Amino acid sequence: MGPDRSVERAAPWQPSDRELARRAVRRRLRLRSMAISTGLVALVVVVVVLVVGSSPGWPRVRETFFSWEHAKASFPLILDGFWLNVKLFMICEVFILLLGLAVALARTARSPWLAPVRVAAVVYTDLFRGIPTILLILLLGFGVPALRLQGLPTDPFLWAGVALVLSYGAYVAEVYRAGIESIHPSQVSSAVALGLSRPQALRFVVVPQAVRRVVPPLLNDFVSLQKDTALVSTVAVFDAVFQARDYTAFNFNYTPYVVVACFFVVLTVPLARLTDWMQRRWAERERAGAL
Amino acid sequence: MSGPPLLKVTGLRKAYGERVVLDDVDLTVDPHDVICLIGSSGSGKSTLLRCLDLLEEIDDGVIELEGREISDPRIDQRAVRQRMGMVFQAYNLFPHLSVLDNVTLAPRRVHGVPRADAEEQARELLGRFGLADQAEKHPDRLSGGQQQRAALVRALATKPALLLLDEITAALDPELVGEVLTIVRDLAASGTTMLLATHEMEFARDVATRVCFLDGGRILESGPPAQVFTEPREERTRQFLRRILG
Repeated sequence: MGPDRSVERAAPWQPSDRELARRAVRRRLRLRSMAISTGLVALVVVVVVLVVGSSPGWPRVRETFFSWEHAKASFPLILDGFWLNVKLFMICEVFILLLGLAVALARTARSPWLAPVRVAAVVYTDLFRGIPTILLILLLGFGVPALRLQGLPTDPFLWAGVALVLSYGAYVAEVYRAGIESIHPSQVSSAVALGLSRPQALRFVVVPQAVRRVVPPLLNDFVSLQKDTALVSTVAVFDAVFQARDYTAFNFNYTPYVVVACFFVVLTVPLARLTDWMQRRWAERERAGAL
Repeated sequence: MSGPPLLKVTGLRKAYGERVVLDDVDLTVDPHDVICLIGSSGSGKSTLLRCLDLLEEIDDGVIELEGREISDPRIDQRAVRQRMGMVFQAYNLFPHLSVLDNVTLAPRRVHGVPRADAEEQARELLGRFGLADQAEKHPDRLSGGQQQRAALVRALATKPALLLLDEITAALDPELVGEVLTIVRDLAASGTTMLLATHEMEFARDVATRVCFLDGGRILESGPPAQVFTEPREERTRQFLRRILG
């Protein structure tokens, strides 16, 4: 390959009039499509507001679900409870990622000595993906403390967390596995050809690529987990939903539920945007490679 | 020559950030021309073809197809691409469709040809290219040479006015290169207008009506193959040919 001459171009290039005109056109086209999208979104919002606002039951609904006084009154309680939700999913997510990866690796193991582990992993994913998360929380949150086993903690917060980890671990394991299997076999071949053992090939070649590939779906599961921490309120854990239900029962007003919903949205939206952004970046990178 | 050229490129420029990939490229393609773009990797051959098919936004210059400017952002890009066919180095057949469905996709979905007609034409073309008994198979059952022939058939199925071929033999085993080039030779002989980036110098010498040598994003030299290959004007061209031809 010869020396790259494209870098030593001396005379600075000036866009021609034609190109300048073309840029103006491109800019105009971009502005037009922005105007169309903004206008359409505004129109849809206005229509929705008008339709909802003109419905016969709206004043009543507004009083019961969107009361400013009740929102203000319940806010500190809910904030307090919500901190528990945040703690719960932050702690759970770490364990979920570890458990999921371990199970996925167990499922891809080929050694005959690891057959029992492989079977256990398959049974685990099948079983825990099948059980609705809320049932798992009820079973563990009420069932385990009722055993009254010596030395076993009875905190429902802990057992609700364990239930979430078990439930989501099964999903995440499948995501990891899909990622591992999406790595082309030639990558394993070339790693093995270098003399790496199969576990080494997995650890240094396959898993790093697989993990990067599954980050967007993992983030998606993470968002889902954040919402599902609301389920722990069923086993008397004083999270945001529990606090809201408490308030609602006393005051006969459902506004706190809307407040809780807002809390979750505020938390998940930035993460959802992050997921979109990462997915776009990935797509661009893969396309660049396919030129 | 009567009427406007089929394709006319003037002052084409393309840069990725600071890196200038095409610099002030002029090129004219008349009907029935077979123009070979030669030059080392990274000289801008592929990018030029991609710019012509409007797969890349250009940074300056004008591209005209059949007398109409197609580098205008307001142009209907799909209408332009219906007049051009492009074949890629890596075949880019759709793996989830059979060869026949790959070939009939554009005629049916873009040009509105009824299924029966599209399939009849596709089978006829596949037969001409020695792929008659591969029609029902999926692309990954085919050899590289067969896949690239199928990709050629797919590009030809819409009867494009201009065929762009981007190093279509570069990913093939040496023994499979011949079967693909034979087809391109036949196409050239039957008057198909083609613009192709290639490393096959012998093929370019035999088939091209004109050879363009690209270097650092510029067309450094262009002329009939007899002239470019035997008495190149530029020192760079001479160096390149010496390296390639040994």
